[in-house]
Amino acid sequence: MTFAVSFQKVSRHFGSVRAVDAVDLDIVPGEFFAMLGPSGSGKTTCLRLIAGFEQPTAGSISIFGERAEGVPPYRRNVNTVFQDYALFPHLNVLDNVAYGLMVKGVGRPERQKAAEEALALVRLPGYGARRPGQLSGGQRQRVALARALVNQPKVLLLDEPLGALDLKLRENMQEELKSLQKALGITFVFVTHDQGEALSMADRVAVFNDGKIMQIGTPEDIYQRPKTRFVADFVGSSNVLPPDFVQRYAGQHRWGSLRPESIRIGRAAKGDGVAARLVSTNYLGATIRLALDAEGLRLHAIVPAGAALPREGEAVVLTFNREHLHLMDELG
Amino acid sequence: MSLDAAMPRATTPAILPGSGGLRGALSDLFWRRPQLLLLLMLLPPVLWLGIVYIGSLFALLLQSFFSIDEFSGLINREFTLKTYGDLLQAANLDIILRTVTMAALVTFASAVIAFPIAYYAARYARGRWKALFYLGVMLPLWSSYLVKIYAWKLILAKEGILTWLLAKLHLLWLLDAWLSLPIVGGNSLSVSSTGTFIVFVYVWLPFMILPVQAALERVPGNLVEASSDLGASPGQTFRNVLFPLALPGIVAGSIFTFSLTLGDYIIPQIIGTSRLFIGQAVYSQQGTAGNIPLAAAFTVVPIVIMGFYLWGAKRMGAFDAL
Repeated sequence: MTFAVSFQKVSRHFGSVRAVDAVDLDIVPGEFFAMLGPSGSGKTTCLRLIAGFEQPTAGSISIFGERAEGVPPYRRNVNTVFQDYALFPHLNVLDNVAYGLMVKGVGRPERQKAAEEALALVRLPGYGARRPGQLSGGQRQRVALARALVNQPKVLLLDEPLGALDLKLRENMQEELKSLQKALGITFVFVTHDQGEALSMADRVAVFNDGKIMQIGTPEDIYQRPKTRFVADFVGSSNVLPPDFVQRYAGQHRWGSLRPESIRIGRAAKGDGVAARLVSTNYLGATIRLALDAEGLRLHAIVPAGAALPREGEAVVLTFNREHLHLMDELG
Repeated sequence: MSLDAAMPRATTPAILPGSGGLRGALSDLFWRRPQLLLLLMLLPPVLWLGIVYIGSLFALLLQSFFSIDEFSGLINREFTLKTYGDLLQAANLDIILRTVTMAALVTFASAVIAFPIAYYAARYARGRWKALFYLGVMLPLWSSYLVKIYAWKLILAKEGILTWLLAKLHLLWLLDAWLSLPIVGGNSLSVSSTGTFIVFVYVWLPFMILPVQAALERVPGNLVEASSDLGASPGQTFRNVLFPLALPGIVAGSIFTFSLTLGDYIIPQIIGTSRLFIGQAVYSQQGTAGNIPLAAAFTVVPIVIMGFYLWGAKRMGAFDAL
């Protein structure tokens, strides 16, 4: 099978910093792939390696089966939506969108028609005559998207494209990007540090840390079955349980993870469970987040709002379904 | 420890007393009326600009509308356009044309040489290298202008280091071929228009590098990446992104190189042919010839040219890059 993007033991070092360290990665054509990780984890460097802005220190990269090392960005049929959009300030919106076609030598009427169509695709028809400076953040984002899509790239790279938008707009754009990707069938590679975004949009997610991929899998895999403590902690702020604790409740001396929503709270001295004390409550709207102290171990639980809750400082008993306790690969 | 011990509340008044005296009163007055302070600060420079600078410029303009009595050599203080008639004689037009051509060539060459230097400084130089860049660009400006020009005379002279170097490289024939050309040639580089051009470019180059660098500094690096990402070769990126965005800086720099070349009279005096430039014409007309009105009329030429130039530059957004 030909992969859209394939990394074999790819490293990119900046001096002594291993930004990307021996990464193996295969992205399937037509999938929506997310690279998730904290800042400095190497996800953006990976994206730049695909775009051609960076060259690997070691390893090989191929794009649709063709070797890409040493190939400059302008010879790759890959386009990028930049984090701060990088629209050309001296060109109007139409010329910005038509730029890729212009440098390829497409005639003016033809490229303007294509640019109009691309603008209509991102729901900005008739905005061509404006300057980028006259647009809102969300509109600029759409222009950047249209500018990349008009070239019909084999792979579209998106570098934290929703980072600068406010919450409401971000949610709208998430849905739109997702449906756009389905409609066009182009491979999307999406970099984000927002786990919610990655889980809700991507077909598969790679979780990065320290220049390495910790886990690749479907959003459900990543969320329900994290392989390492880092993944459990980073994706959805799971409760990471030390081996001694897991030993007591699951009989194995391994690190475990427990989702906050899997914990049930009961009154003290009512059946068996983990004895704990309620430290604080945080009202989140639909749910309430509880901080609990279980014999020195800090746990978080999420319960629906409206449930009767013990008071802060009160002793409680925690129960959970044994199946929800996920054991991780890392040994104690 | 109690808070009261650290900050005794009871004894601190809500409003502190004034520091008293004239200084305290003045401070309070200036705080209450900031316009007064502004006026005091701006008055000396406004007087300087208004009276000394604009005033003398106006006096100069006025002089150009007087004429000189050819027999007595005295200035006839009556309004006339006769001096401007004299200015339009073929010999004088020749001087103006030569100066403007030189200014244009110097400006063009400065822009071509400055761009890569400015690009390096704006894109790649960091920390110590950036400091070194500024030092390198500014250092010539801190030394005496005359010393630099005489140094160049030595470099360009027939017995100078350049001729010596070319001889060592067996390239003397190239220099001789160039010097045998009309207009640009001469006996040696130091007495040719080419020599004048070289020294002009050298002396005014910093004034081009700095604004171009400032303009390039404001071009976000990801625009170059975006252009490349969209399929533009480095040449296309230069033409379609870098050059248009650096243009205000180039125009701003060209204001300096163009106007400074238009007005200079020392460089063509020391290095170059005996043919005059506007500055030299002004110098000789007001000095040896004693024809102040014609000197004034000559001076008006660069002022008018620069007026149009600045008007055009403003339309291209050059002043945003200064």
